[in-house]
Amino acid sequence: MTDTAATEAGLEAEFEARIAADERIEPRDWMPEGYRRTLVRQMSQHAHSEIIGMQPEAEWIGCAPSLRRKAILLAKVQDEAGHGLYVYSAIETLGVDRAELTERLLAGEQRYSALFDHPVRTYADVGTIAWLGDGAAICLQVPACRASYGPYARAMFRICKEESFHHRQGYELLTAMMRGTAEQRAMVQESLERWWWPTMMMFGPPNARSTHTERSMRWRIKRVTNDEMRQQFVDMAAPQAEALGVRPPDPALRWNPEREHYDYTDPDWADFERLISGDGPLRAQRIAHRERVHREGAWVREAALAYARRNEGAEVGA
Amino acid sequence: MSDSWPLWEVFIRGKRGLNHVHVGSLHSPDAEMALRNARDVYTRRNEGTSIWVVPSAQITASSPEEKDSFFTSSADKVYRHPTFYVVAEEIPHI
Amino acid sequence: MPTENLFKALVREDDNGQWAFGTGFTDGLARVDRGVPEGVDRADLAEYCLMLGDDALIYAQRLSEWCSKAPEIEEDIALANIALDLLGHARVLLARVAEVREEGDEDALAYWRDAPQFRNVRLAELDLGPGPGGDFAATMARLLLFSSWRLAIFTRLAGSRDRLLAALAAKGAKEITYHRDHATQWVIRLGAGTSYSRARMTAGLDAVWPYAEELFAPHPVETRLAAQGVAVDPATVRTEVLGVLTEVLAHAELPPPAFVPDGEPHPGRDGEHTEELGPLLDEMQSLVRAMPGATW
Repeated sequence: MTDTAATEAGLEAEFEARIAADERIEPRDWMPEGYRRTLVRQMSQHAHSEIIGMQPEAEWIGCAPSLRRKAILLAKVQDEAGHGLYVYSAIETLGVDRAELTERLLAGEQRYSALFDHPVRTYADVGTIAWLGDGAAICLQVPACRASYGPYARAMFRICKEESFHHRQGYELLTAMMRGTAEQRAMVQESLERWWWPTMMMFGPPNARSTHTERSMRWRIKRVTNDEMRQQFVDMAAPQAEALGVRPPDPALRWNPEREHYDYTDPDWADFERLISGDGPLRAQRIAHRERVHREGAWVREAALAYARRNEGAEVGA
Repeated sequence: MSDSWPLWEVFIRGKRGLNHVHVGSLHSPDAEMALRNARDVYTRRNEGTSIWVVPSAQITASSPEEKDSFFTSSADKVYRHPTFYVVAEEIPHI
Repeated sequence: MPTENLFKALVREDDNGQWAFGTGFTDGLARVDRGVPEGVDRADLAEYCLMLGDDALIYAQRLSEWCSKAPEIEEDIALANIALDLLGHARVLLARVAEVREEGDEDALAYWRDAPQFRNVRLAELDLGPGPGGDFAATMARLLLFSSWRLAIFTRLAGSRDRLLAALAAKGAKEITYHRDHATQWVIRLGAGTSYSRARMTAGLDAVWPYAEELFAPHPVETRLAAQGVAVDPATVRTEVLGVLTEVLAHAELPPPAFVPDGEPHPGRDGEHTEELGPLLDEMQSLVRAMPGATW
């Protein structure tokens, strides 16, 4: 064994021991290349989802049906920008900067949640996305607060605290709509039917088909399996749907007293594969929006940089 | 020319009497804007009373490999830690 | 991990007040005396609140169009903060209108009036981007002019005999100070940035100057209420605002403001708007009007 290989092996042992002791890995610690890559993949997917996820909801700020709803929706979409930023910021600690991540997103090399490739058709959808989409996000993100990578875990903790507002306001909106007209109640039911399966897909493929789960679990980047999180989500959402007076589009959905969980049907995995491979209905539109905004903002960013450079020069000269 | 702004680290004092704590980072063209962006990004829910921003490139960090030589001398100065002192339980307010 | 209350452990019971800027606004003003000051005409007071409220509402609507479209994520968040502050002002003021008139509520006023019934200054309604109507520079030009003007008004309005207006103005002035500062930072950077940004900034300012004089032309309602110590006569802040703008533009290495008189003294206050208000209202009111009787 060469010296470098010996050192490498020593570092890896130290890293594994730290993981095994449930200690956090911090930016300047040695880490295996695969660990770093997995983190960048998972975190960038999260950050991109927040930023792309602003688009479908932002379309409805303009016509939000009360000033209170307008304020809430604007604040929620603003939070998504903040959350994207927190996670991008955590990725920077791994030496990958936001500009590069944006380029890779636009080039189709990195993913975001396929949930946002579905159109928002009614204002009930605004409520449903928050109730189900953010509800699912909470199931995914709460365990991530204990992820082994320190900056990621800290960002997730902050996000989870803010996310609960998103989830609750969505449910509150739907509750208000269910107390409204028959047309509104039908809107909520119809919305739930469209968003149920895309939300169920947010947890990723079943454990047996997940290529990343085993290693991510071992490295404690991921703390709960896809299927466990999906079950948690169903157990949370099913009674909430009942309280709301709507029915998810899954005939198999029922409480199983023996398992003490709800039974449910898995989403159509062929459909899932098709969606995440970039075939979602609005994928091209979402990427084009992000690309356009980034391109059209370039002159503003350049101007601010030019101003900063000039001032630096002036200060040095003074 | 790259149009991306440099990275800044953000530290926030949650309330008077506490230290500034690192909360994350952001991109900004210069210090003035960084301070304002930090206010918008990291204190949306009134979390702060004071903000510091530092260019990330200006931070010099100890490396984890140096941990032993860097921190061991304080780790063994156990007298700096309050639990070093055995105080009889009946003594109040200590 | 228990599935119920999965995230409750992370949330404090008193978190509600921290939902977001602009959503919990009533608390701060809840204990303010809402009586109409003696000798003040109720219709005048309602009309004045409508003017200030419409300014905030229509401008917040315009600013929120930037959501997900700003040049950088940090700026997206900043613009949303400003829009939320203004939306908060609008809600207090429109609720005050309804209360003083003893009729309707903030939403009835926002969603069921047509363009000629809106009392906002025309500066607030202009389409200055994102999109073909303008750009980030024009957006910052308007923010600078609007917030410099409104800050001067609110600073004085904090001494109003109407306790609610006084309380809102005192709180609002702090927020608008930040808005003006944000605009100032950007106007300077774009003005003194690159030659391209300088050209855009110049064009942006030129787009808003024709709507500047209107801000300082007192409407009879403002004149009457100002005499009673309730409102601020906007003519009295013209010199101050001009001074602020001149100073900022000098820093930005741009020529001083070129206010151009534009016919009618206060068209917006009389309900005479540009053709850009119609489409804005069409969007804002579309959903509510399509589903009358719905609850949200």
